Amino acid sequence: MFTEPLLSGITLGGIYALIAMGLTLQYGVARIMNLSYGESLVAACFAALWLFTAVSVNPLLGLLVIVPLAAIINWLVYQVLLMPLVKRAPSRDALEVDSILATFGLLFIALGVMLPIFGGNYFSYSFLAIPVKIFGATVSASRLLALGFAVVIGVALYLGLTRTRAGTAIRAVAVDPVSALLVAINVRATAAFAYALGGALVAAGGVLVSMFLTFNASLGVVFTMKALIVVIMGGVGNLMGCLVAGMILGLTETFVATYIDPGLTLAATYIIFIAVLLLRPQGLFGARRS
Amino acid sequence: MSVRNLAILAALAAGVVLLAFVPSVTNGYQLSLAINIMSYTVLATAWTLFSGPTRYVSLATVAFFGIGAYTVAVLGEELAWPLVLLIAFVIGFGLSLLVGLSTLRLSGVYFVIFTFGLAELVRQLVTWYEVNVTRTLGRYVFVDITTAQIYWQLLALAVIVLLSGWLIQRSKLGLALRVIGDDEAVARHVGINTTMAKVVLFAFSASFMTLAGAIMAPRWTYIDPAIAFNPVVSFQVLIMALLGGVHRLYGPIFGVIPLVMLFEILLAKFPNHFSILVGIAFLLIVYAIPRGIVGLIEGAQLSLSRKGAKA
Repeated sequence: MFTEPLLSGITLGGIYALIAMGLTLQYGVARIMNLSYGESLVAACFAALWLFTAVSVNPLLGLLVIVPLAAIINWLVYQVLLMPLVKRAPSRDALEVDSILATFGLLFIALGVMLPIFGGNYFSYSFLAIPVKIFGATVSASRLLALGFAVVIGVALYLGLTRTRAGTAIRAVAVDPVSALLVAINVRATAAFAYALGGALVAAGGVLVSMFLTFNASLGVVFTMKALIVVIMGGVGNLMGCLVAGMILGLTETFVATYIDPGLTLAATYIIFIAVLLLRPQGLFGARRS
Repeated sequence: MSVRNLAILAALAAGVVLLAFVPSVTNGYQLSLAINIMSYTVLATAWTLFSGPTRYVSLATVAFFGIGAYTVAVLGEELAWPLVLLIAFVIGFGLSLLVGLSTLRLSGVYFVIFTFGLAELVRQLVTWYEVNVTRTLGRYVFVDITTAQIYWQLLALAVIVLLSGWLIQRSKLGLALRVIGDDEAVARHVGINTTMAKVVLFAFSASFMTLAGAIMAPRWTYIDPAIAFNPVVSFQVLIMALLGGVHRLYGPIFGVIPLVMLFEILLAKFPNHFSILVGIAFLLIVYAIPRGIVGLIEGAQLSLSRKGAKA
């Protein structure tokens, strides 16, 4: 009995880690605290649903369409909507406040588009819902596949950031945007790229989530909240932190839902959040900020 | 107190007395509009009380508002009305202390994130409690309070919020908050207990919001978690405060009146596109008038007096 929640906790945790990696890029590098992040995820869920049911494209092929599209949209959002705020902000803190306000507005626009179309109903589709036995527990094949894809994408991102020139530039901007300018890094272009990359990751997360979870149009806020908590728990800008914190959150939620009550998962999330704030606000892997 | 201050005070007192007669000269629709304006005035001013000087954006207005409404739904029939209000105030104060103490020691972004999900958390907890313990999701609010009485209570609360805001600004706490808003590191270096100042102010701001929710509860005869914790309320309060201008305590009033009217029209004419239109209006305000209407007026005054000085 115990291995079943453990396995679903790990798959959920892997997806949370992937989603949080996107947010940590947007917040850690581009310094945009994106409150409409979860809405991008829900939009990707609906896009995958539409591709699967209307044009019968399977969600894995759907990734090839949805992810680049999300990257382009996010890049445009950054260039058109957020660039004026970046230019006008006198400091990073001021940009943070402005970006919170702007993306909060985007959240309501996104909700306003999705709610009239999909209403409050829950949606799901059946893709590879084949039971698979592992260690005596039954898991659906789509869950395992989603976890596999999350791992592949996560590893690719990690290698990209640590082993390539562009990845090093991104990490440099995350550490210190002023010094990054001095070594001839185009900070604004890098920030825009990181923002678009973050948007691509959350879209990938959305497509994977849609394969095994039921979703509705107003689920975005909860996903944003969870991604934020994972990012803070792991330490802003730290990919390894995202992985560990995502796993902790996914496992906690699954165990609370299995053994206590499914209605209390968000409460469990908040208890973890408070514990992090009280005990280690810089995150598990974060360096203490002065 | 100078003569000028006395004159302003007398004019304001006269204004409040005039406003108290609104229920006797309006019809039902106009009175409900006036109640809306009054309720958002309380919420937006209470929001500005904390978020104006500290620049910490609170997204949890409806969490406290909804808790106030629920307090009335649970206790309204059993206890005397003033006692119910007092309990609502105490609950709001307690919860905000909890939120403040766990987040306000740290940088502002933790506070924003915490408040972002707070309304959803409280909504889910109330839903869980109602489903598992009381086994009914909705509640009826039967309290013997007339519409006019709701209006008067909100008016009184608005006066209390503005007065306490004014008193706080003149106190040591107000000075401390202005220093924190300008530069928190400097504030700590001159010996201000920044955490304490922020927590106390946030607790007051949130308790006023809770009271507003409690007073407004009899307006609905039926409430459930989705009605009481509707996130659009937090969003609207934020827009109104920003449009008015958050660097002055009276600023939000300039945002509340036009926006309550605008939302009324939008809800009647475009109910399906309400959220998009409000979102667009919000972005316009953030981009075009970051200092609000009061900021625009002050800018115009400043350039006028400069021209006068040159001439």
